[in-house]
Amino acid sequence: MCLAVPGRILSLQERNGTLMSIVDFGGVQKDVCLQYIPDATVGDYVVVHVGFAIQRLDEESALQTLAEFEHLGVLKEEFGNGFEIAARQAGLANPETAQPQQSDEPEVRS
Amino acid sequence: MKYLDEFSNPQLAGVLLERIRESATRRWAIMEVCGGQTHSIIRHGIDQLLPETIEMIHGPGCPVCVTPLGMIDKALDIASQPGVIFCSFGDMLRVPGSSKDLFRVKSEGGDVRVVYSPLDALELAQANPDRQVVFFGIGFETTAPANAMTVYQAKRLGIKNFSLLVSHVLVPPAIAAIMESPDCRVQAFLAAGHVCTVMGTREYPPLAEKYEVPVVVTGFEPLDILEGIRRTVIQLESGRHEVENAYPRAVAEAGNPVAKQMLEDVFEVTDRAWRGIGVIPRSGWRLSDRYREFDAEQRFAVGDLQTAESSICRSGEVLQGLIKPHECAAFGKQCTPRNPLGATMVSSEGACAAYYLYRRLDLPAEVAHA
Ligand code: SF4
Repeated sequence: MCLAVPGRILSLQERNGTLMSIVDFGGVQKDVCLQYIPDATVGDYVVVHVGFAIQRLDEESALQTLAEFEHLGVLKEEFGNGFEIAARQAGLANPETAQPQQSDEPEVRS
Repeated sequence: MKYLDEFSNPQLAGVLLERIRESATRRWAIMEVCGGQTHSIIRHGIDQLLPETIEMIHGPGCPVCVTPLGMIDKALDIASQPGVIFCSFGDMLRVPGSSKDLFRVKSEGGDVRVVYSPLDALELAQANPDRQVVFFGIGFETTAPANAMTVYQAKRLGIKNFSLLVSHVLVPPAIAAIMESPDCRVQAFLAAGHVCTVMGTREYPPLAEKYEVPVVVTGFEPLDILEGIRRTVIQLESGRHEVENAYPRAVAEAGNPVAKQMLEDVFEVTDRAWRGIGVIPRSGWRLSDRYREFDAEQRFAVGDLQTAESSICRSGEVLQGLIKPHECAAFGKQCTPRNPLGATMVSSEGACAAYYLYRRLDLPAEVAHA
């Protein structure tokens, strides 16, 4: 969780009086809060940490970083299902699927 | 043996390594503060590719690892209470408390949920007005703006069933504490790039000055780290101790002013205990008086829990760079990612886990061949 991942802003929207956006991280799309980069706009690349854009980034650096993170296997960890990852690591059953509540699998398109 | 072709740009990595090799005429010990950098260094074998005279010491910059046991126990206690939805980042699930972890609480029927962002927890609170939703607010200066904004929103929207269990820690006081330790061997720091994205670089010149230690702001990617090391070695060799920004594409000197202002509004500086290290004065944030009503510790009265730390785990020494993970007798034996004794074996940003995952050869022979 301590990494910040660059992504591209696909759309902007106002929610509850807050500037939100959908950001694409090389195929994974997430809701991202833009309040800290208020002048960002569609098509811009931003560095995102736990759902908040904290810095703008140029396209070339952003794409390089994404490719690097993909290579490091970091993206799966950042956007994968936390219980699934923990269950695999522990060699235990995933308590989320044992008692289904809500599935928040990210849509990973590759 | 590690090979350069594992890098995204092997030629550039080769050039940087060559430059480091040419520059380094003496032994130097450099600490990378950030756990993300530790992960990258071990995964790519950067420490093995470096000349033997350069030692990388792994720092305390993994927020999962330094969250104190008492705070984990509070989280477990709150998460076990009926009517509570406890939200956390996924990497907190298996951090051992005194007797169990959040994963166990979930298996026992507690409503523990993994969220991507603290705002997701706030949405859960809005969708479940009859439940108490608690978010585990851990992390360094990079994560804190997200939690600050979430509490700010909760107050603005009048959401009463949301609270934050706050355990934020700050990098500069940790650097000072490491330099003040009588056993300190660190001669230079790679500062954590994304912390500086938020906070900027102005907190570091006084530290560089006071402890006569070079500080180079560095990113996470292998090439960024090599460039950070190169600049650090050049400073060390020429007897300089300055703050340099080797990550200008993401870090401005002033940081992110909007985020800093939000942090100032929502949080105030406090003493914090670091797991394995102890209390470092003025090294963390707690909610300021204006937002105290959103403090989960107050709402759930989890003041005085008894904690019991594993007696064999040496993660405190690992976090301060005093020993390497495999020097711990439990490493790879009683303690593995499947059965972690300390938090540094849980998080992939923890030094013990990084050594275990990528350094099988350093394990005692009987384990490596098991
Ligand atoms: S190997 Fe395990 S027991 Fe030893 S210091 Fe690391 S986390 Fe603690």
